[in-house]
Amino acid sequence: MKKITLPLSKNEKLQLHAGDCVLASGTLFTARDCAHKRLFALLDEGKPLPFPLENAFIYYAGPCPAPEGKACGSCGPTTSARMNTFAPRLLKLGLGGMVGKGEMSEETREAIREQKAIYFAAIGGAGAFYGNAIKSSELVAFPDLLSEAIYRLQIEDFPLVVAIDPDGNSIYDK
Amino acid sequence: MRIIQTQTVSDCVCRLAKRAGLTLTDSCRTALSRAAEQESGAAAFALDSLLENEKIAQREKMPVCQDTGMACVLLEIGQDVRFEGAPLREAVNEGVRKAYGEGNFRKSICDPLTRVNTGDNTPAYLHTEIVAGDKVNVTFLPKGFGSENMSRLYMLTPSEGRDGIVKAIVDTVRIAGSRPCPPVYVGVGIGGSFDGAAFLAKKALTREVGSHNERADVSSIEEEALAKINALGIGAQGFGGSVTALGVSCEIAPTHIAGLPVAVNIQCHCVRCEKETI
Repeated sequence: MKKITLPLSKNEKLQLHAGDCVLASGTLFTARDCAHKRLFALLDEGKPLPFPLENAFIYYAGPCPAPEGKACGSCGPTTSARMNTFAPRLLKLGLGGMVGKGEMSEETREAIREQKAIYFAAIGGAGAFYGNAIKSSELVAFPDLLSEAIYRLQIEDFPLVVAIDPDGNSIYDK
Repeated sequence: MRIIQTQTVSDCVCRLAKRAGLTLTDSCRTALSRAAEQESGAAAFALDSLLENEKIAQREKMPVCQDTGMACVLLEIGQDVRFEGAPLREAVNEGVRKAYGEGNFRKSICDPLTRVNTGDNTPAYLHTEIVAGDKVNVTFLPKGFGSENMSRLYMLTPSEGRDGIVKAIVDTVRIAGSRPCPPVYVGVGIGGSFDGAAFLAKKALTREVGSHNERADVSSIEEEALAKINALGIGAQGFGGSVTALGVSCEIAPTHIAGLPVAVNIQCHCVRCEKETI
């Protein structure tokens, strides 16, 4: 199986196509609904974001607490469609891509195509698998949001499927 | 009259919740294995990952899915039982609180307006029913919300009948698409009232995947709806394929002459449900 390291360069993204199965290592930032709302509030106020957006990869996920001796608890993806209201603007500001589960809107797909970004589907429900593949987890922002806070994750061999590629092809087109 | 301490109920809820968080039901695992053999490509990759995921969950004592759910507790209480101790609802919540804390489960319950998390996954969704006898049947169903969000209620007209019911079930799964983590398990409540149908749909999800309603006319709705759902082509995780649902379970109750309520409660492929009798 093809191995990749996040964040990917533009060129590396262009080598990937909807439907490709990969094992991903590297860096992800978690963010769900509430964290996105706060990021948007910061953008609207012209304030800096808690992590550099440029070519970053966001993971739509909120982990379980880490058991003793683990970097992170169970941590599979949440439904990406709820973030359709946020993704296009972040992509236009330089976000490299997203990891989540399920289809996204036409507007998001168009933003992915325009920016040559990429959207990966993680396997929804495989929380223990992903949690076990997280080697470190560091709180970045919004600790009061508990599991919905932003964490920087170092991951190793995450099973992912290319869901929307930089050309805008989607695995959900059927 | 049999006296049961509510602490016993609390301990039972805690035990079931801890087990449910780490384990798929046997019938769910069997259905997923069968689906993995049938499918190919990205769908097979997803299903194989899910079977491996449960093994990791058991080995590492980590929840199978990070959405450890809203804690749905169904109690069938024998009418010859008398409870002693803390109020029953408090005892159930205490069991949930303990399990979610000690099990490193995610706390997912919040105020609907302020979105402030209650911090311990309480209150539980508690449904009680008085039945004959002197026992208490406890069912624990952790319900994830990616799938709950895709559930629907239809107030059909009587003339829409059986075909309308099948259409409502299939439409719900089609509209949900890849979002609720297919292959899904579909709980359906037919009849009753607006709220009664919704509860029946949830109760249907506590049945084994692949089980059939005792009534032949209801069981035939389950079979037809399942065949039509699996012809949609959504497949595991929406990656395409012939297994979009693992099963359809329908529960039925008498309704009013003017109506035909149909509730469709979607459960993701991570079917977790534990039961014990006190």
